[in-house]
Amino acid sequence: MKGASALDSASHSEGLRSARPSQLPIEDYAIIGDCRTAALISRDGSIAWLCLPNFSSPSVFGEILDERVGGWFRIKPRGHFKSSRHYIADTPVLETTFETAQGAVRVVDLFPVGGGIDTLQPMREVLRLVDGIRGELDLEIHIAPAPNYGRTKPRLTRRGQLGWCFNWYNELLAVRSGVDLRRTGDALHASVRVRAGERICLSLSYAKDDVGVLLPVELIAQEHLDRTLAWWQSWAKRCTYAGPYKAAVLRSALTLKLLSFSLSGAIVAAPTTSLPEAIGAGRNWDYRYCWLRDSGWTMQALVGLGFQAEARQFLSWLLHATRLTWPELQVMYDIFGRTRLREQELKHFAGYRGSRPVRIGNGAYRQRQLDVYGEVVFAAHAYVEGGGVLEPVECRLLKGLGEVVCKQWREPDHGIWEIRGAPRHYTFSKLMCWVALDRLLKLDEKKVLRLEKLRGKFEKERGELSKAIEKYGYSTAINSYTLSFNGESVDASLLLMPCFGFKDAHEPRIRSTYDRIWQRLGCNGLLYRYERGRDALPGKEGVFGICTYWAVHHLASRRDFGEAKRLFEHALTFANEVGLFAEEFNPENGAALGNFPQAFTHTGLINAALAMERA
Amino acid sequence: MFERISGSPACLVLWGLIATVAMTSILEGSRGFGFSRMSLPFLLGTFVSGNRKLAFVLGFALYTLGGWLFAFLYFLLFASVGIYTWWLGALAGALHGLFLLVAVLPLLPFVHPRMASEYHGVTSLRELEPPGFLAMNYGYGTPVATLLGQTVYGATLGGFLQLQHAMSG
Repeated sequence: MKGASALDSASHSEGLRSARPSQLPIEDYAIIGDCRTAALISRDGSIAWLCLPNFSSPSVFGEILDERVGGWFRIKPRGHFKSSRHYIADTPVLETTFETAQGAVRVVDLFPVGGGIDTLQPMREVLRLVDGIRGELDLEIHIAPAPNYGRTKPRLTRRGQLGWCFNWYNELLAVRSGVDLRRTGDALHASVRVRAGERICLSLSYAKDDVGVLLPVELIAQEHLDRTLAWWQSWAKRCTYAGPYKAAVLRSALTLKLLSFSLSGAIVAAPTTSLPEAIGAGRNWDYRYCWLRDSGWTMQALVGLGFQAEARQFLSWLLHATRLTWPELQVMYDIFGRTRLREQELKHFAGYRGSRPVRIGNGAYRQRQLDVYGEVVFAAHAYVEGGGVLEPVECRLLKGLGEVVCKQWREPDHGIWEIRGAPRHYTFSKLMCWVALDRLLKLDEKKVLRLEKLRGKFEKERGELSKAIEKYGYSTAINSYTLSFNGESVDASLLLMPCFGFKDAHEPRIRSTYDRIWQRLGCNGLLYRYERGRDALPGKEGVFGICTYWAVHHLASRRDFGEAKRLFEHALTFANEVGLFAEEFNPENGAALGNFPQAFTHTGLINAALAMERA
Repeated sequence: MFERISGSPACLVLWGLIATVAMTSILEGSRGFGFSRMSLPFLLGTFVSGNRKLAFVLGFALYTLGGWLFAFLYFLLFASVGIYTWWLGALAGALHGLFLLVAVLPLLPFVHPRMASEYHGVTSLRELEPPGFLAMNYGYGTPVATLLGQTVYGATLGGFLQLQHAMSG
């Protein structure tokens, strides 16, 4: 039976009304996941974001976007407490320690790694284990799911010894625990005292379209934890990176893996929607999709760290999911390769710290970005450089992209930053068109693919692109390459020119562009992505996380390791204490801004580290 | 005897299969459309295997075989009363569905080796959610979808015989 709408009813639940006075900073969250979906858990023990069954499905816990009706799963000490947290070594299993004057407990949060299709494991499972480690501590447990972005009221039923079940539509969220959970409105609540040496276990198992699986949580908790730790630690051992800052690189790799969707090979930009780029300014977007602009650097990161299987899966997704639009490419696709990502506003959500609107879907999918052709070809080239082999059909698809570049590079687009409004001739888009043709020619030289008659055409167009960039994309007035042709402003993507091999890093034009970028975009040792006021959106966005790592990459290609190292270490200080990065930061206080954690920033970190290691 | 009722055993087997396909499509479709989470093939398959993949494959095979076998019982029913109409088939299907909902499915927690029970709770072997009254644990739309599927099954078989008799008579 269809669930009833909660919006019509003033009281979804008594529990849902008990809103907290203010929301925690974005950096106070950490991610756990199972490569299908992910949850954000706050420093104070609340699962404040979880979409089920997949990344881009509607939220079941959405407290981070609305403290009243978003839904949550809290395990929190009563009264004043201190908390600290970390990931268990080489895993995304989160360990949070709560301390009060009376005692301390450790909460371990994870998505257990299942035994696969050969068992009757639940479709999705979240496991929370609470261990008393000192004295005794009173905990409040509150489970208040709000499915379908808080628009559907779940039916809560008690099933004897089987525990509590939340049902809506054809979905089931079964709560299993030895704790005596009591119904409070449409939510579950318990107050428990945990003494040193005691353990309590709570499990959420989710099913859609299927018979639910109920877990004997007390019996299987340790086994699930051990199996999950072993699986992730074994995965982390495959990382071949042996350079400096290994802990940060590995945490970024684990985060990238968490953001990958194992059912297709796609990698989402972030697991969240509408965490604001500027508080209260409307710069709130849904990032639970796959941006092709990230694909080149993502591939380079995977290959560079030795994750060849993930690289293969990602390339397969890139080339096969995009077949619906081939030979043309959209800016983004969803995790299954679907192309229509209609943007809607969730008007009933208050937004993170009041930042409205809360958007689902992303209207930018309609934009045209010519740089994506270069990104996809660059990704394929990086894959081959890492020892991968392209299938004949993939070579044909790549050649088709080259032909589109030849036809379209003279046209304006919206550029890498998706600046809404009239299309323009963005210099970075032209650069990436050059990269597309250049890498296709290189693949032809290596006999990976056969361009045959296209070779001459691609060479000619690559030359034309180079001339156009030099003629129109460089301003002698400011001694710099520019954001767009015949412009006078700069953007941080121009730092990548030497990294793509367009020009040598020591060339005067490249050096002066680097200086100009820092002069115009630098702030407290970090970089804005473009000059303020360029996007005509209200509010002031933060500095853009990946741009500093691009600068490090740029310096490494110039072999200026001292400065690269200093900048890299400065950028690392903007991670939260568990090593996660947002998309942007407030340059004044370092607060994280935008969707979190952000794959783009983490790939930037990995590639900057790899560039320093290799140079 | 079956030849006298249905023209030829091959026809009977064919229409038994068509009726099973129609019923399965309705029941499985109801999951996709969000009315129910019940999968009878899966429940059947987990009788013999704790491997989800194997349970689905075996369950579908057993379920299809069961659908065929039940078609013979339906044909016997038509022959015993001498009425060969779609509505008698529909009525028999609806009664069959009702029996499934009120008697067979509630019995599962006691006989299914992998199903949990509200009396015994959950064990490491018995982890499957039980159906509950009218199988409504699997969604309030489950009784409707089950009755509809079974009714269509019976009506298909009865309709086939009605057509057969009209053509031969």
